[in-house]
Amino acid sequence: MNSNQVKINGEDVAAVGMTVAEYLASAQYDLRRIAVERNCEIVPKAKYAEVVLEAGDVVEVVNFVGGG
Amino acid sequence: MTCDKIPSREEFRQALVQKQGEHITEKLAQATVAICGLGGLGSNVAINLARAGIKKLVLVDFDTVDVTNLQRQQYKASQVGMPKAVALVENLKEIAPYVELEAYNEKITDANIDKFVANADVVCEAFDNPEAKSMLVNEVLEKYPQKYLVAASGMAGSDSANSITTRKISKRFYLCGDGKSDVSEGLVLLAPRVQICAAHQALTIIRILSGLEV
Repeated sequence: MNSNQVKINGEDVAAVGMTVAEYLASAQYDLRRIAVERNCEIVPKAKYAEVVLEAGDVVEVVNFVGGG
Repeated sequence: MTCDKIPSREEFRQALVQKQGEHITEKLAQATVAICGLGGLGSNVAINLARAGIKKLVLVDFDTVDVTNLQRQQYKASQVGMPKAVALVENLKEIAPYVELEAYNEKITDANIDKFVANADVVCEAFDNPEAKSMLVNEVLEKYPQKYLVAASGMAGSDSANSITTRKISKRFYLCGDGKSDVSEGLVLLAPRVQICAAHQALTIIRILSGLEV
C-alpha cells in the first residue's frame, strides 16, 4: 500500500491530510446516515471536523439504508 | 382440544441442552440482550433468542402493529393497533414462558438510551429508519465501548438470500445485511429476506454470547 494513502472501505484512497469531515463531503455521504470507524475505533460525529486522516489509517464508513 | 399444561422450566432447559449443547445453553441462560426496534428484524430476533433460552430481553419500540406488518413481522391479525412492545410480550410468553421480558413502548433517543441498553450484554439495532440506525450505532459505540453491538443495513428487494452477510466491522461491532438495498428506493420487502437478515443477527448474538466470536 502506498504510504500516502488511507484504506477506506477496503480501497486505497489519496485522503492523507484530509479531515474526516472533508473526506465524507468529497465522497458525498449523508452525515445523518453513517457511522465512521478509524483503526477499529468509532469517530464521534462531533469530531469529524477535527480528526485528520493519516497514512496507513484503515477507515470504515458504514452507510445505513432503510428497512427493518 | 386444549392443552393447559406447559413444560416445566427444567424440561425446557433439558430440551435446550439436548439441541444446543450445555455450553451455549448455559451462556444464553445468563445473558441479557436489548432489542431496539420490534419490526421485521427485531420481532424475529426476539423470537429466535427467546426460543434459544436467553435469560432476559429488553424490548423497545414506539410503534403499533399495522396490517402491513403482518406479512413479515411476528404479530397476529388480532393484535393490529396494539403497541408492538405489548403485543410481542404476549407472543413471547406463549412461546417461551420462562424468559424475562422488559418492554418499553417508547422512542429511543440520544437522551434516554441509557435506560434501555445499560444492563444489556449485547445491543441489537433493529430499526427501519437509517437515521435512527446511525444514531443508535454512534451512541452505543461512543458511550459503551465494552458492549457488543449487532446492527443491520440492507435487506429489502428480491435479490438472492446469499447477498446477505455478517461483517465484523470492529472488535465489538457487527453488521448484517447486504449493505445497500434501500427500502426508500421503492424496493419490495420480502419476509424471507428480512428474516434471513434477522437470523444473521440472532446467530451472531448467540455466537458472541457463547464465546465463539473471537
